[in-house]
Order: sequence, then C-alpha cells, then structure tokens
Amino acid sequence: MQNHIVLSMKNISKSFPGVRALKDVDFTLRKGEIHALMGENGAGKSTLIKVLTGVYPKDLGQVFLNIDNCLREINVKSPYEAQNLGISTVYQEITLCPNLTVAENMFIGRGSYQTVNWHTMKKRAAEILEKLNIPARATQQLDTCSIAVQQMVAIARAVDMDCKVLILDEPTSSLDEQEVEKLFSLMRDLKSRGVGIIFITHFLEQVYEICDRITVLRNGELVGEYEIKDLPRVQLISKMMGKDLEDVSALQKHKPVAEETDEPPVYEAAGLSSIECSNAFDFKIRKGEVNGFTGLLGSGRSESVRAIFAADRITGGKIRVNGKDIKIRKPKDAMMQGIGYLPEDRKRDGIVEDLSVRENIILALQVMKGFFKPFSRAEAEAFADEYIKLLGIKTPSTDTPIKSLSGGNQQKAILARWLLTNPQYLILDEPTRGIDVGTKVEIQKLVLKLAEEGVSITFISSEIEEMLRTCSRLIVMRDRKIVGELNGEEMTQDNIMHTIAGEA
Amino acid sequence: MGSLFKKLTRSQLAIPLFALFLIVIFNLIRDPEFFSIAIATNNDGNTVLTGNLISIFNGASAVAILSIGMTLITSSCKGQDISVAAMAAIAGSVFVSVLRSNEITIPVILLAFFLSCVVAALFSLFNGVLVAVFKIQPMIATLILFSAGRSIAYWINGGATPTVSSPLLTSIGGFIPGIPIPTPIIIMVVFLILITIVLRLTNLGLYTQVVGISERTAHMNGISPVRIKLIAFIISGVCVATAGCITVCRIGLINHETLLLDAEMDVILSVAIGGNALSGGKFNIYGSVIGAYIIQALTVTLYAMKVPSAAVKAYKAIVIIVIVVFSSPVVKDFVFRTYKKLFKKQAEKEVQAKAA
Repeated sequence: MQNHIVLSMKNISKSFPGVRALKDVDFTLRKGEIHALMGENGAGKSTLIKVLTGVYPKDLGQVFLNIDNCLREINVKSPYEAQNLGISTVYQEITLCPNLTVAENMFIGRGSYQTVNWHTMKKRAAEILEKLNIPARATQQLDTCSIAVQQMVAIARAVDMDCKVLILDEPTSSLDEQEVEKLFSLMRDLKSRGVGIIFITHFLEQVYEICDRITVLRNGELVGEYEIKDLPRVQLISKMMGKDLEDVSALQKHKPVAEETDEPPVYEAAGLSSIECSNAFDFKIRKGEVNGFTGLLGSGRSESVRAIFAADRITGGKIRVNGKDIKIRKPKDAMMQGIGYLPEDRKRDGIVEDLSVRENIILALQVMKGFFKPFSRAEAEAFADEYIKLLGIKTPSTDTPIKSLSGGNQQKAILARWLLTNPQYLILDEPTRGIDVGTKVEIQKLVLKLAEEGVSITFISSEIEEMLRTCSRLIVMRDRKIVGELNGEEMTQDNIMHTIAGEA
Repeated sequence: MGSLFKKLTRSQLAIPLFALFLIVIFNLIRDPEFFSIAIATNNDGNTVLTGNLISIFNGASAVAILSIGMTLITSSCKGQDISVAAMAAIAGSVFVSVLRSNEITIPVILLAFFLSCVVAALFSLFNGVLVAVFKIQPMIATLILFSAGRSIAYWINGGATPTVSSPLLTSIGGFIPGIPIPTPIIIMVVFLILITIVLRLTNLGLYTQVVGISERTAHMNGISPVRIKLIAFIISGVCVATAGCITVCRIGLINHETLLLDAEMDVILSVAIGGNALSGGKFNIYGSVIGAYIIQALTVTLYAMKVPSAAVKAYKAIVIIVIVVFSSPVVKDFVFRTYKKLFKKQAEKEVQAKAA
C-alpha cells in the first residue's frame, strides 16, 4: 500500500501576515492517478502547491516523497530543488521562451552547464515528442505552435525530468475544446506510465472527465478527499462553497425578458466597426436588459464589445445613447456616457498590479472626475471600504497591493471599480473566467440584481450555462460575424450549438 | 514597535533614509565638527552660513531638481533620459545668449529663464515624441540629444564660452544679500513645494504610475499613455532649464563642454537610490531627492577625508554598490525573514501575556 503513494503531505500549515492560508492540511497522491485539487479562490490551493514546490517555506507539517519505493521526508527549499526531486509544475501562463525552438525549450536550464550537443538534444526532443504524441517538430520555433502545443511542450519538458509528481495549475483555461482533448490524452498517457498528476482547474466538467480523486479545500482547511464516483457535482460545489444544496440549485433561475417599450435603447450602434472588428454590426440594448455575445473562442465576441467601448480604434459606425447621437472614439468617451467595461484579460487590461486595492477601485471614477480633481485620501478610503464590504472582497487592508489578492478578489475589485462609476450600461467580458465557483455564483447574482435596478448589461462567458442563466437575449457569433439572435424560449443549449454551427 | 518596523521596512524611503542616517553617523564619529555650521562674511560682504551641511545641500541642488523630472520619466516610460545634462547645456546657452544681448535686469533674467525653459521643454518634448509616439526605447531615443546636445549648445553662442556677470546673477547662483542660505537651496525647496502641490492637486502621480505599470490598463480606463509620457518629458524639460540656469549663475559663464558634465548618471543614480524601480511603475519623488543628497553627502565626506579627487569616484562606487545591494528585494526579504524569526517568540509571548 505504501508503495502506491508517491507523495504525502501531513498537517501542513502556513500563515501570511494577517492571513492563515493553510491549517493542518493533509494531501495524498498515488502513483498513476489524476487528482483534482479543488476549492474557491483563497481556499489555499495555490499556497499548498507553492509549499510543495518550495516557493514558500511551510510553517508546520511534513512532506514525504516516494524515493526508491519508500517514503522519505523531504524539505524543499526552492522550485529548482523540487524539480530535481521529480516534482514539476506547469503553470497556467506558459513560462517558456517563445523565440527559441521546441527542443531548446525542452532542455534549457537543465542541470549541467556543459557544452550543448545540439544534435543529441534535437534527437532526444524528437523522441520525446513522438513518444508523447505531441504534434510539434523539435526544430520549430515555440511561438509558431498553438497555445495547447506550447502547454504540452511545457509538460514534455517537465516529464522528461524523471518526473514523479506533475502539477498542472489551470492548464486548460486558455485552450479550446479540441486542444483540451489533446491535453487530456497526454495526461492519460502519463497516468498509465505511473506519474501522479495534481490537476487544478475551475472547470467542473473537466474534473469529472479525467480525474480519479478529488481533494477539496475551503478557507485553508481540508474538507476531505473523495473518490470521483462518490461525489456528484452538486455535492462537490456545496463542499467547495460550504453552502447548502438548495442554495446552489436556487441560483438556476431565469430573468424575465425585458419588455419592449417606447423608451429609446440605452445604447444603440449602427454599422459599428473597429480595426479588430472589421465586419460592421448593429447592436442595441434596452434599460435593464441582460444580453450576451456567444460563440467559440476567436469568434469575435470580445472584439465586438471592445468596439462598443472603443477600446480598439474605431473605423466606422453611428452611435446613439438614450436616443441622442454621440461620438465614442476612445474609452474615456464611452466612460463619460456611463458605459463600463470589465475586460477579458484581467491581468493585462484590468488590474494595476503594484497599486493598492484602493487606487485600483477608484481609478475609473477618478479618470471620469478629471485630471485636476483628485479624490482626497479620505474620500478614496471611504469608496474603497464601501465596495470592499459590498462585494465581500477579501483583503487585509485598502492599502494592500492588488497583485497579492487571489484572482477572484482581484476580479471583484475591478467590478467594484466599474460599479463605483454608477454605469447605466456595463459590459462584462468573461467576468467569471479563472475564478472559483462561489465567486462565479456571486457575480451572476450581482448581474441579475444590477439589471433589476435598471442597469443594462452585456455578459460574455465561455460557459454557456452561465449565459443561459443570466441573459434574456443572446447574440451568436461565428468567424467574426453575427450569425443569429436568440430570445427567451429559443435559448437552449441545443439551439445555440446549432446556430454556432450554422445549421438551422 | 513591530508594526512600525514593518511599515518602515516596507516603505520605499526606508533604504535611502537609512543610508543617509549611516552617512551622518559615520561623519559624526569621524569628526563631530563635520556638521557644524559657521557664520562668515563672504567676498561680497554678505553674512552667510558655511559648513559641510550647507555645501551638501547647495551642491546637490541641480542634480536634485533634475532627478524630479527623471523620476517621472522613469516611472511612466520604464526607462531613463540620458540627455538631461546635455539639454541643460542648451538651456544654459539660451539663458546666457539672451542675457548678453540685453542689459541684465530682473525682468530680463526672468525672460531669459522663461525662454530657456521653453527651449528645454521643446527639446525634451522631442525625446518624448520619440519615446511615447514612436515607441523607441528611452535610452536610444535620448542618445540622440545626449550626443548632439552639447554641439547644439556650442552653436547657440557661436562657439564661444561667454561669461555673464551681474550682482543679480551672483545672488541667484550664490547668496541674496541679507539671506544667509545659498539661493540654489531656496530654489530647490521652492521647486519641491511646487511639485508637491502639482502632485496633490492633480492626478499626475496616479496616472503616471498606472501608465508605468500597465499601459493597457491605463488605456482601458480612459488614460492616454502618450499624453502622460509627454507631460513627464515637458516637466523634465522645465527641471533641466532650472538646473542649467542655476549652474550658469553659479559659475558665471556658459561652458557647453563642461556644464553639468556626467550629471545624467548621478541623476539616474539618485532615482535608483531613492528606491524607485528603473523599470518604471511606482515612484516616490522625495526618494529621488534624498538620493541626490546622499550622493552629494558622499562626495563631500570623501573630500573632507582628504581623498584625492581622482579617487573619489571609485570610493563613491563602492558605497553605492552597498546601497543598491541593500535595497535589492533579495536582501530586503532576507532582513524581513530574519526579523520575523528573531521576534516571533517575543510576539508569541506578548500574545500569551495579553491572553493571561
């Protein structure tokens, strides 16, 4: 029995100033299993992984690793040491060098500093690529591969280091379905070779598709370890959120369709196009309406809403806000018309990572107020406090740099930024991507509440269920064109699929 | 006590203040008289303050003023302007050429200063356009004026190094009759107050940092990165003109070859010592100013120790290495961890004592 265990973590505790990140957490990984590590944002998943890989020192507890078929206590001090012990991590963001070849990426920075034998390196890389069935050539420059293949190269690199434990931290969040499938077959292959895989993801379907076992964390504490077949989805969600089952299922309700009135639409565009969105389109949204753009990744959903906010250079179109002709040429024009935009790429377009939560929250309102009218410290503090309470943002203080918050809390802070501007029209582009189930539900609730208060909302999500739950009208896109519009009863998963596929 | 320590170590000003403190302590031990300030009468018959402290503050004025503009450029553009000293030579030349073609009165001086500000701002704007609009790396973009600046200054006064002398200029570069503090110090203080007011009354600080940290986020929140960068360069231009004119007044002539020679590196160093990342983002103007004073204090200390002037730079380099290494995140993290280890037990005891 002992031999089947490849990694065992016992009573791990870790505190940060003011926060207890992990408390007495146990974690066991067996040989040849795919083990999902689940939990909301701030549950302690990342901290546990970082303790394991030596990024953070642990406060208390022991880590055992199977070395030559017996468990030895290890004390990892750096990710480099972890790699040498056979614990490899592949992160969500690819950490390879895009302008080197696949082979170079696989072997770079590996132990010895002796001269490189390019020939052997290429041959070896080609072998591994073939063995793992990765569709890439060893001599190909990495950035000419798709994201999924790059991700796989990162895994190949990790695996070749005699890896016993492979940690995959949200590897699928930027992949489309086919790419995910490829990744999964690679994971199954590794599993059959006896590698223990820790899989972190927010996609429940993927967990049920590929994992054998689930460990759930909540607020830094272990909730339990479960066989996948013993834990239905709803129970998993309730364990992660610590909420009752009824509460979760109660969320599954539609919002009534906004009625047609004589009032002019809040926002109306005719023939709108931008440099990123060259197919001109018409669009309108009424007061209190929630609609959504749907389509596959790359179908032009984001580009369309970015055109509405004038985030890319506008090349044409007429815009009416509340029935008045308006020119929106840059984001500030849109903001001044009461339009807010929560961007898809939180890290690059959303947060200002080194600045405080407070500064991040007041940013948009501050810009609208003007360059020569800064808020006083007290005003800013009051705004930040109000919204931290309102949205339940978990942060030690308003002065904490936003980058030290978890993803979901960062997203809430950006949401707070736009709510603070009191928008009449809010565009939420993938507001729930990469954040935990609990916060996802909270954000959906918030969307519905805002709509009831009369805010118009455009909602984009990769999860169709989420869209069906929140939107009363769906605009379907394919190949950068609007190919259909679904209202009320027509909105079913089937219908959407058919419309995307172009079959009536 | 714990939280105060934490606040201090986290503050950007911790290292520069600590370095300054060390220099002060070192000097006090070496020679308790080092910081004494004496009252003397100078050649013009003014009662003035003299002493090392005065000469530190006086000597650092130009670099301190330049470091204000450099901080803004560094923060917003993620790079440095290496042409500030050469541009100061241009500004100084303009200043002198206006003064020489007129009778030197206060309005003429003001006009000359204003014109040199305009010229310096335009040249700086040229850098700014290259950096902000054409997205050329700051060091490459400003390399143009770094090499061409002093030649342009040479043309302005027809290749000569003319002198200007007037009691009015002496009072700007030296002392105003009746005021014992050197005028450059006063100008520096006024400048610092002005920039503080600007930072308080506008969002310049916030916008600059946002642009420096993430241009894309800035754009998505209605801030124009190009405009903010250009503003930084224009402000830097005014700083350049001020520094250039002060230096001209101090030495009474314009020498386009030697005016503020190599000052740009001291300025960049001030910004770095002040705890500002040279890769942009968060900044603290006061840190840079303190940095400028640290560099000058070092120089004065070394001279007071009778270190030959040719060797001063080597000694300075050693101290600066120490400061820069100490302010690196690696060392900071180490200090913080050690502190935590040392005081953890004590803190636990305190908690227990409270509980009891």
